[in-house]
Amino acid sequence: MTKIKMNIANLNCFYAKKQVLENISLHINANQILSIIGPSNSGKTTFLRTLNRMSDFDADYWRKGKVFLDEKDIFSMNMEKLRSRVGMLFAMPMPLPLSIFENVAYAPRRLNLLKGKPKKYIDEIVETSLRDASLWDEVKDRLDESAMKMSGGQQQRLCIARILAIDPEVILFDEPCSGLDPISTAKVEETMMALKKRYTIVLVTNNVKQASRVGDVTAFFLMGKLIEIDDTAKLFVAPKQKETNDYITGRFG
Amino acid sequence: MKKLSPKLSQKLAVSLLTVAMIITLIPVSAIIFIIVKNGISAISWEFLFSMPTQGMRAGGIFPAIVGTIAIVSCSIATALPIGVCAAIYLNEYARDNLLTRIIKLAIVNLAGIPSVVYGLFGLGIFVMFLGFGVSIIAGALTLAIMELPVIITTARSALSNVPNSFREASLALGVSRWQTIRHIVLPNALPGILTGAILSIARVAGETAPILFTAAAFYTPNLPHSVFDQVMALPYHLFIISTQIPNMPKNIIFGTALVLLVMVLSMSLIAIIARIIFRKRRKW
Ligand SMILES: Nc1ncnc2c1ncn2[C@@H]1O[C@H](COP(=O)(O)OP(=O)(O)O)[C@@H](O)[C@H]1O
Ligand SMILES: [Mg+2]
Repeated sequence: MTKIKMNIANLNCFYAKKQVLENISLHINANQILSIIGPSNSGKTTFLRTLNRMSDFDADYWRKGKVFLDEKDIFSMNMEKLRSRVGMLFAMPMPLPLSIFENVAYAPRRLNLLKGKPKKYIDEIVETSLRDASLWDEVKDRLDESAMKMSGGQQQRLCIARILAIDPEVILFDEPCSGLDPISTAKVEETMMALKKRYTIVLVTNNVKQASRVGDVTAFFLMGKLIEIDDTAKLFVAPKQKETNDYITGRFG
Repeated sequence: MKKLSPKLSQKLAVSLLTVAMIITLIPVSAIIFIIVKNGISAISWEFLFSMPTQGMRAGGIFPAIVGTIAIVSCSIATALPIGVCAAIYLNEYARDNLLTRIIKLAIVNLAGIPSVVYGLFGLGIFVMFLGFGVSIIAGALTLAIMELPVIITTARSALSNVPNSFREASLALGVSRWQTIRHIVLPNALPGILTGAILSIARVAGETAPILFTAAAFYTPNLPHSVFDQVMALPYHLFIISTQIPNMPKNIIFGTALVLLVMVLSMSLIAIIARIIFRKRRKW
């Protein structure tokens, strides 16, 4: 029996008067990858940003419904605490204007995770995080260089390392490979597969093949509605809804 | 009428623009030339670092230089922290509603108030109501109010030039808003903020009207001991020696103007150089 990590119940999201998510209910299993597919403007990003309350910063955003993390209501949690448990990787790589080392060390320092630990501890965190993001070998000799000088694929993996450094429970990926070449994409996918042993992962992707490759469960969003959610193997072989079938076979308008 | 050939009209436009540029450059260079030519003979170690003598017709302008530096540094020490905090509030925290729009409009308008009005305001509030008397602190606070709009406006634009992705990246890691501002936004906005501060100093250092009723003395035999003392100040001193004192040697008047000019221009120069250096070092 797999454990349920997050539970979304009747979630409705709005920007001002416009509803962008309608009555979404689903659950996310622990240590699995949930892929979310769907055409653009289906509300996938809004869904992810709601799960770690980044959308609380968006003007005009409001919502109804509940989201639970380990059975606790995330909307009554401390926002910062929630975000350190539910990390998020954006579509565009977003390194901070700091060195490679300081990018990874940034959050542990700010969140006071180093208190009472020996001085060397931060070096350890940085190294393991970069290793787990399969970036260590490429950057170990230039940790002091600015992260802004790295390639897009490296920056994206650096952002993964930055999240791993605070050891969250859930990681949200929002089209993490949309700007990357196939080789960088393969590396990021490999990293994700390795990470699901320790973390629960939600992957929004515009690449249907990617969802079928890495997802344990796949959900299909269309115009703010959850059309179908099922084990990836089932959804891609025998989708129950016509819209799902049209979308995954590329026959979608 | 025959149409001009493109080549000819291009030439005409370029020469017109060149002429316009020369016309704007002439008065500036003329001012600098005249002041330097007439004033350079007065400049000496003694002129810069000694007290005036013989009813200010001889000796130096040391107390006026000290006074100006004292007033201006006290004013920036007050205005910079307040202005930066206000800019942070407006740019990072305030929601875009009617109240914040009114505040922003008010700040822009504050910059358009004539400086003599600031002077009268300072006289009423700091000199009389708060009882500071005519003093460095009253003058500095008056100038600080004058600097605020410039500092707030430049600091706000420096803050909003920091890409939003930096804030999102930091916030998404569970770092609080204030820590994000403190560790990511502010360091990256600092060059712009400091440039604005230096430019605002350059702007107020040469002002006479705001300190006329609040800080400046005609003549003081001693240097100030505390911020509650009156001081001589360069712009006001220049005004006095060029209008109130008969038989004033011309080179002292122009020498004083030269010192003031160099002080103000070097401030602007520092700001420009700082901006170039920071822009080169910028990491995004
Ligand atoms: N900050 C925002 N303000 C207003 N409308 C928004 C905002 N973000 C997204 N939307 C709208 O919400 C809808 C869903 O967008 P989004 O969640 O980004 O979809 P997806 O990620 O599937 O492309 C779109 O119609 C978009 O225009
Ligand atoms: Mg999106």
